[in-house]
Amino acid sequence: MSASTEYEFTDHTFDVVVVGAGGAGLRATLGCAQAGLKTANITKVFPTRSHTVAAQGGISAALGNMGQDDWKWHMYDTVKGSDWLGDQDAIEYLCRNAPEAVYELEHFGVPFSRTEEGKIYQRPFGGMTTDYGKGIAQRTCAAADRTGHAILHTLYGQSLRYDAEFFIEYFAIDLIMDDEGACVGVVALKMDDGTLHRFHSNETIMATGGYGRAYFSATSAHTCTGDGNAMALRAGLPLQDMEFVQFHPTGIYGSGCLITEGSRGEGGYLVNSDGERFMERYAPSAKDLASRDVVSRSMTMEIREGRGVGAENDHIFLHLDHLDPDILAARLPGISESARIFAGVDVTKEPIPVIPTVHYNMGGIPTNYHGEVIAGDPNDPEKTVQGLMAIGEAACVSVHGANRLGSNSLIDLVVFGRAAGLRAGEKLTAGGPTKPLPKNAGQNSIGRLDRFRNAKGSTPTAELRGRMQRVMQNNCAVYRTGEVLEEGVKLMEQVHAGSEDIGVTDRSLIWNSDLIETLEFDNLIIQARATMNGADARKESRGGHAREDFSTRDDENWMKHTLSWVDDARNVSLTYRPVHTYTMTNEVDYIEPKERVY
Amino acid sequence: MVELALPKGSKPTKGKKHAAPADAKNLRTFKVYRYDPDGGADPSIDEYQVDMDSCGPMVLDALIKIKNETDPTLTFRRSCREGICGSCAMNIDGTNTLACTKGIDEVKGEVKIYPLPHMDVVKDLVPDLTNFYAQHASIEPWLQTTSVQPEKEWKQSTEDREKLDGLYECILCACCSTSCPSYWWNGDRYLGPAVLLQAYRWLIDSRDEATGERLDNLEDPFRLYRCHTIMNCAKACPKGLSPAKAIAEIKRMMVERRV
Repeated sequence: MSASTEYEFTDHTFDVVVVGAGGAGLRATLGCAQAGLKTANITKVFPTRSHTVAAQGGISAALGNMGQDDWKWHMYDTVKGSDWLGDQDAIEYLCRNAPEAVYELEHFGVPFSRTEEGKIYQRPFGGMTTDYGKGIAQRTCAAADRTGHAILHTLYGQSLRYDAEFFIEYFAIDLIMDDEGACVGVVALKMDDGTLHRFHSNETIMATGGYGRAYFSATSAHTCTGDGNAMALRAGLPLQDMEFVQFHPTGIYGSGCLITEGSRGEGGYLVNSDGERFMERYAPSAKDLASRDVVSRSMTMEIREGRGVGAENDHIFLHLDHLDPDILAARLPGISESARIFAGVDVTKEPIPVIPTVHYNMGGIPTNYHGEVIAGDPNDPEKTVQGLMAIGEAACVSVHGANRLGSNSLIDLVVFGRAAGLRAGEKLTAGGPTKPLPKNAGQNSIGRLDRFRNAKGSTPTAELRGRMQRVMQNNCAVYRTGEVLEEGVKLMEQVHAGSEDIGVTDRSLIWNSDLIETLEFDNLIIQARATMNGADARKESRGGHAREDFSTRDDENWMKHTLSWVDDARNVSLTYRPVHTYTMTNEVDYIEPKERVY
Repeated sequence: MVELALPKGSKPTKGKKHAAPADAKNLRTFKVYRYDPDGGADPSIDEYQVDMDSCGPMVLDALIKIKNETDPTLTFRRSCREGICGSCAMNIDGTNTLACTKGIDEVKGEVKIYPLPHMDVVKDLVPDLTNFYAQHASIEPWLQTTSVQPEKEWKQSTEDREKLDGLYECILCACCSTSCPSYWWNGDRYLGPAVLLQAYRWLIDSRDEATGERLDNLEDPFRLYRCHTIMNCAKACPKGLSPAKAIAEIKRMMVERRV
């Protein structure tokens, strides 16, 4: 079966292959192993290095530990936060199952902070309300401000109990698709010896995270390169709603490191150069706890109108210095440390310099609420791809629509990670027959890998990556206009064309991080193209996509999901798919679109 | 068993020098351990001059700048760049720490960078942590209970939850274990400070009901008792935790259950 003389495949067969070992990937791996399925997990970093580890503020679930709460209120907030681009059947599934998922995490051992009664502590977060917007909810379950770390380490520990096999520091390169359009496995590169591996499976679950590193400045880790999204594109599948990129209001000015929204949940507030708490003007009711897109736009307006702070008037101050130092130590120790290391600030005495920073991708691989990937068939918008699921930030279910609420991503990971495991358990029998691998399975990956490994062009990967990141930063920012986006489309096309001249220096096979970074760039650039083209095409403002030339939401023409394809000839094409205007059950009614004010 | 010479490959040779661009004025020198497993050559110390006027403040910023602009073959692990993922642990200026939170200005003179000590090196600054991870798995790092699981959460008082502070924050970077002379000598049998801190994290969790079994698992001349309170672990920990204290607490629990 091997093709070239230099590369040979080592073959593996599993019932399920999960790609990625962050919160979603680990939860799915657990679920599949619990269902008795022979499960592999392929991950390019050791599980506890995955970017879930950096999530701070918390995980949303209507437990009602701090006062009355209801999953239906959580659902309403999430629909409103999504600016009505979220699919309400999926949002119902998320919010309804959230409490059980959090209790499960607690039973796994997550060290949640506690109330005086010994229950899980919950804090206020942006856009989370009681009684359909009337009050402020305390719904976000927290382990101080290290909730993602606590959850990821706990899930990793749990995963050791089961018989799942981990392939750590294996870099997944491509999906293996058969002639009928089904996914039958994955090709991966073992980083420490350069060998190629073919994983043959009945179900492949993509849990590969977001692609924040398409931008120059992001809270995202260096490893957030959306490899799974790009694998889907190369397999001829579409990505959905890629133009919706979340800017977190409070990245540390300069380094881009995250300061949790929980800091505002605990009473922190933003001020401009006049010392004014300007959020009161933009969101009179929710103020600093309006949803992230609203706060990021407000900060950008303040800076644009000359009321930014600092020598260049180009950022904003976040005050925590009025809070009780004991509360800061107990509830926000992690960001206190980050502010000291990365901004030289003692949060008990001085404000933190912050700026809206790329943080999360609402877009990704389209799925239904079971995690099954949508094929993008124009005649059947709900048709799924056999053998392929996607979960977590890699997926677009879509529960976050045009804007995700803070603390809804951690719950997304575990609810849909669990859903994928349940679905795989329903559909598959352990050791059941697999669809045959197509002839030459993985040969295209060898070609691509070999081309990059021996690439002798004159432009280093880092230079191309830098160009791409600057175009994204300049042309696809918090506010967008047609002119700037059109320029962005052209510039990104040029960067992409420039990859013909890419040059890789390291020719080795053992831990060749020059090659890995090149494969990651090749993954990022096609997502950047999809993002820019999708943003240019969408002539309205909705959630994270704010157009100055089309400043209002246009439900008549644009309440639809964007599907984007990028082919091998570097052409981007877009189509659209209806938003689900129905719920999962009769227990809750569809929430009709209305004006979104906080 | 006396070895009179260092094993082959353990003494780095003088490597390449990479000068900064001619117009750079504010220079710092980075001396970095290089090892290429493909070539079969001894490791070397390469020298890189870096222009500080266009470099971020942390050691990781300099490494990334070198990789991007000077030498793409330089190999190291990195991910979050904010001290939470634990990928970029290495020995900088003689101390094990995270490159992403170590300020270049904290180092005087040349910045010397080596992989974590006393581990097999895969390539350059990438150590083999397989044994470290296997030891972590051996303490069964998950909540173990026998009581009937409640429908909602296990209750835990704020006081009991506080006992986990200073423990659960561990990022498994291995800075402490690879700074411990006892772990250098007996790393195959002694669990080392990071793993023992994790063991104590589960021993002291009020929700866990496997304390006896967990202590049995550690009752061994090597697994636990090779800690000689040298305290390098507490000094090295980039998160400010004290594995030595956790180990002392485990030893105390061992004594207490005997009487």
